[in-house]
Amino acid sequence: MDNIAGHKSGLSWVTNISVVVLVVLWLIPTVGLFVSSFRERDQISVSGWWQAPFSVELTYRTRGDGEVRPVDGGYVMEGNIFDTGEVRSSFEGGASTVSAFGDRGVAPAEYPAGTVAEIGDGETLQVNADGTYIYTSVEEPGNRGPRVYFEAETPPQFTLDNYRNVLTADGMDRAFINTLTVTIPATVIPILIAAFAAYALAWMDFPGRGLLIALVVGLLVVPLQLALVPMLNLHQRLGIGQSFLGIWLAHTGFGLPLAVYLLRNYMVGLPRDIIESAKVDGATDFQLFVKIILPLSFPALAAFAIFQFLWTWNDLLVAKVFLPSDDASKVMTVKIADDLLGSRGGDWGILATAAFVSIAVPLVVFFTMQRFLVRGLLAGSVK
Amino acid sequence: MADLKLTEVAKSYGSVDVLKHINLDIARGELIVFVGPSGCGKSTLLRMIAGLEKITGGELQIDGRVVNNVPPAQRGIAMVFQSYALYPHMTVRDNMAFALKIAKKSKDEIEAAISKAARILQLEPYLDRLPKALSGGQRQRVAIGRSIVRDPKVYLFDEPLSNLDAALRVATRIEIAQLKEAMPDSTMIYVTHDQVEAMTLASRIVVLAGGGISQVGTPLDLYERPENEFVAQFIGSPAMNLLPGRITGTGRQTAIAMSNGGTALSDYPSTDADMGAEVKVGVRPEDFRAADEGGAHIFAGRVDITEALGEVTLLYFETGESTDTEKGDAAVIAKLGGTHSNLRGHEVRLTAEPGKVHVFRDGKSLLYRDGKLTAPEAIPAE
Amino acid sequence: MAPRAGFVSLKGFYMPVIVQGLLTIVIGVGGCIGYFYLSNLLLDKVIFPAKGENAGRNINRANQIRPWLFLFPAIFALGLYLVYPVVGSFWRSLYGRSPSDWVGFDNYVQLAASNEFQQAFFNNLLWVIVVPAMATFLGLLVAQLTDKLSWGNIAKSLIFMPMAISFVGASLIWKFVYANDADIGLINAIRASLGFGNPIDVMQIPFWNNFFLMVILIWIQTGFAMVILSAALRGIPEETIEAAILDGANPWQLFFRIKVPQIMGTIVVVWTTITILVLKVFDIVYTMTGGNFGTEILPSYMMDFMFRDDGRATAVAFIIMIVVLPVMIWNIVQARKEMR
Ligand SMILES: Nc1ncnc2c1ncn2[C@@H]1O[C@H](COP(=O)(O)OP(=O)(O)O)[C@@H](O)[C@H]1O
Ligand SMILES: [Mg+2]
Repeated sequence: MDNIAGHKSGLSWVTNISVVVLVVLWLIPTVGLFVSSFRERDQISVSGWWQAPFSVELTYRTRGDGEVRPVDGGYVMEGNIFDTGEVRSSFEGGASTVSAFGDRGVAPAEYPAGTVAEIGDGETLQVNADGTYIYTSVEEPGNRGPRVYFEAETPPQFTLDNYRNVLTADGMDRAFINTLTVTIPATVIPILIAAFAAYALAWMDFPGRGLLIALVVGLLVVPLQLALVPMLNLHQRLGIGQSFLGIWLAHTGFGLPLAVYLLRNYMVGLPRDIIESAKVDGATDFQLFVKIILPLSFPALAAFAIFQFLWTWNDLLVAKVFLPSDDASKVMTVKIADDLLGSRGGDWGILATAAFVSIAVPLVVFFTMQRFLVRGLLAGSVK
Repeated sequence: MADLKLTEVAKSYGSVDVLKHINLDIARGELIVFVGPSGCGKSTLLRMIAGLEKITGGELQIDGRVVNNVPPAQRGIAMVFQSYALYPHMTVRDNMAFALKIAKKSKDEIEAAISKAARILQLEPYLDRLPKALSGGQRQRVAIGRSIVRDPKVYLFDEPLSNLDAALRVATRIEIAQLKEAMPDSTMIYVTHDQVEAMTLASRIVVLAGGGISQVGTPLDLYERPENEFVAQFIGSPAMNLLPGRITGTGRQTAIAMSNGGTALSDYPSTDADMGAEVKVGVRPEDFRAADEGGAHIFAGRVDITEALGEVTLLYFETGESTDTEKGDAAVIAKLGGTHSNLRGHEVRLTAEPGKVHVFRDGKSLLYRDGKLTAPEAIPAE
Repeated sequence: MAPRAGFVSLKGFYMPVIVQGLLTIVIGVGGCIGYFYLSNLLLDKVIFPAKGENAGRNINRANQIRPWLFLFPAIFALGLYLVYPVVGSFWRSLYGRSPSDWVGFDNYVQLAASNEFQQAFFNNLLWVIVVPAMATFLGLLVAQLTDKLSWGNIAKSLIFMPMAISFVGASLIWKFVYANDADIGLINAIRASLGFGNPIDVMQIPFWNNFFLMVILIWIQTGFAMVILSAALRGIPEETIEAAILDGANPWQLFFRIKVPQIMGTIVVVWTTITILVLKVFDIVYTMTGGNFGTEILPSYMMDFMFRDDGRATAVAFIIMIVVLPVMIWNIVQARKEMR
């Protein structure tokens, strides 16, 4: 439309801006998760992830621990508040600015930085913006310095601690491997079975073919829920029980309608001449399938592989039913939904990190193979 | 011995008869061309010979063996498809080797066959390319090469040139003719809807129409002695003029009074039974000549349009009576040597030699009775 | 017999699951190829050899059987995992908690009378109405907006991205939007910046919490709708659009009168596909609210009974099946039409 004479560019401004808004809206939640996964627990609870790149005002509690010097009419303690033992680790990245301080927990920011505060019993406390403090007392202060509360700008802090925790302590490593173990066979096996069937449905002539295709189309929408109870019972009777073998078989069965449907749609579109040419060349159906159909159907095979991979990787339902519920066989989705959300519902950093670990692989697959995925979606839906 | 013999071959899809009563003998070394309008079943017949389509009636023999139930690969045929049907994921070399590998030929044999075919078709520089890196003409040659390497008894071509542009089509047509020359023993069956291809390549042409064979013969047979109105109009361009008339004289020659006033004399023989019959008189545009002053004419009319093509001029006549505008060829056309643009709007009278005047009764040529020439000597040998 | 952590037991000996997985791939793939190869070989060489006097007839017979060799594994798996369960589930739903306790249609009667079920059914109806409509609408909107944009593919790719994320992951992501804390949840942060005092828990607002849950699925599915509708828009013959421009149609008319009618078929397909999905997804409700606060839907309601009362669970599943049935029939009719 850009080429059309007299076309106003005002509209395309509106279009650009609307799309920007939509994309930002769509990304915000994921970005939030991503940012949060790199933040410390304390930071998460005092400031939103959208403030993460900025310094935040945090309230600290510490105790003066400098040398006490006797002077005329009393004692003085001087030092830098950021250097005091209780908070030193928080300011290793560099000094900060104190905005206010106080001596009581109920009013931690009672005095603006720089003021000399009378804190009773003839004691005074002064904390400057650069963190230096002066404490004076008429009497010998004893072996403990004064309690000091202060508010300070804290630089943004990002950490990999959450990842370290999630990947080591919380059993997500095990779950990650379990997910991988479920996913790969459950992706590879249905492809082969479906490809042969799809070829027969696309290019072989036999009575009942139309009926079978209709059946596949129908099975495409059968709710998974129907299969849960009968199949689990069957697995139990067969001695498979709740196991990896069971879930592989289940995923294979559940993935087949889409696989057959997608691959058949694609194979039907292959040029008839090529297939007949191969027949004239003397290829048997098996040779034809292996040497001509399979290589030419690669885009559809890839598309289904991506689908099935995403589906099995992301699945919660089948895993809950067909895998044992012990810790050793939990996949990531179950782990997150049942363990982390339940027992550590408040630890947002861990939650965010676990979620991000679980979606990282699908995201990589998604962005690298998007081309095939889109093509597959189209083969499956538009036809 | 007939290399290929079709006896009462028929094809139907369910209740729809696409082809029936196909009888045809093809001798070794012939190049047979199937022509006919689109949808008449040329491809279907070819594919039945290939074994890609089940034969629903009759019998097909290759080398004396009934092959109705023999799978394609075992019929000793090779086929070149209109779309080339190259395997897109294989190089030119692998495309050509595919059939041989399946037949478990030795490496040396395969290599020898490929290099021979590549030499004949000048494909040597392209052997390791994928089909998508080839031009249309090159792809076509690979498709042909793929059939050559198999050294088949019968080559089948289904409109192999129709995806090429005009210039390439002529060049490739000549290549195919040369190829045939180089392999005098191989039989070829070639499907096309292009009559120039048919006329230039064929040793014999099979005209298909209406689900059956309309006529079989050499190109000149069809041009000079069409068996029926369909073949008469299908072969030759512009198409033969067909003008209505009534037989007024019979015998070794036939005299016709034309409906629009003229008279015609034809070398076609007729019998007394033909006297007074309504017939169509067929004259090819290139056979018309101006009638002598005071002499008889077959057709007279006012020139509507002239098309000067240089060496010849096409004259289109107002026919007046023909209201059948659906048929584009209803206008009478004459092709005269030289330039005659000045004739536009003029009244012109046309006639033709008796040897070039065809007579059709009920759509069938008077020259044939029961499919046999009645008086071959009546037609002057060329 | 509790398996050692990290190992699963298979017939009494232990091996790491990864090894077992690899083995399964090898056995599965090898088995498939072996099956197809050997069964074809058997057919062609032993049962109906293409030699001797009956060669022609044998070849024909072999070719009649071959399709079934190709189809057998798929038909077997489909039959076992999808056809049998339809019958099996229905049959099981006629029994009570114990599989030997015949109760007829009692499960259904009790479900119909239960408040929770009615709530779940009603909520599910809401989901079925709202989610496909919104996802399709937004998908179409984005598809149209990005159609002629130079960076349209990047925008589409980003909006498509949630497709790759699990429902569980998506729910967690949205917890960071909905959290009942102005320092974590975006919604409450916005409320706070507008001057509202106390944070609210949107998951506990009766009735409306359902819609907040739906937003998550819409967020995921819009990308799917967009990809397909965008391709459909591209597939519209350019000439019809140019003709309409020459006829003086403005962009709105162009979109609603020329484009949308031409992709109506695709819109319907997208709509039904998402509808079917809505009836399967239990993860979001399960993760976000566990079905509390009046957010239960049928799939999550069924999971409440799973492992506890198989009779009730299968009855709920079968009701979902009945809800899906019209779509299934329509799909089949559509597919059969296309094949002609
Ligand atoms: N599978 C089929 N079912 C029904 N009719 C068919 C089928 N294939 C071809 N036909 C019909 O057979 C006729 C001949 O087709 P074809 O041999 O392709 O014609 P052409 O002479 O143009 O090559 C056509 O009218 C076509 O409609
Ligand atoms: Mg044809």
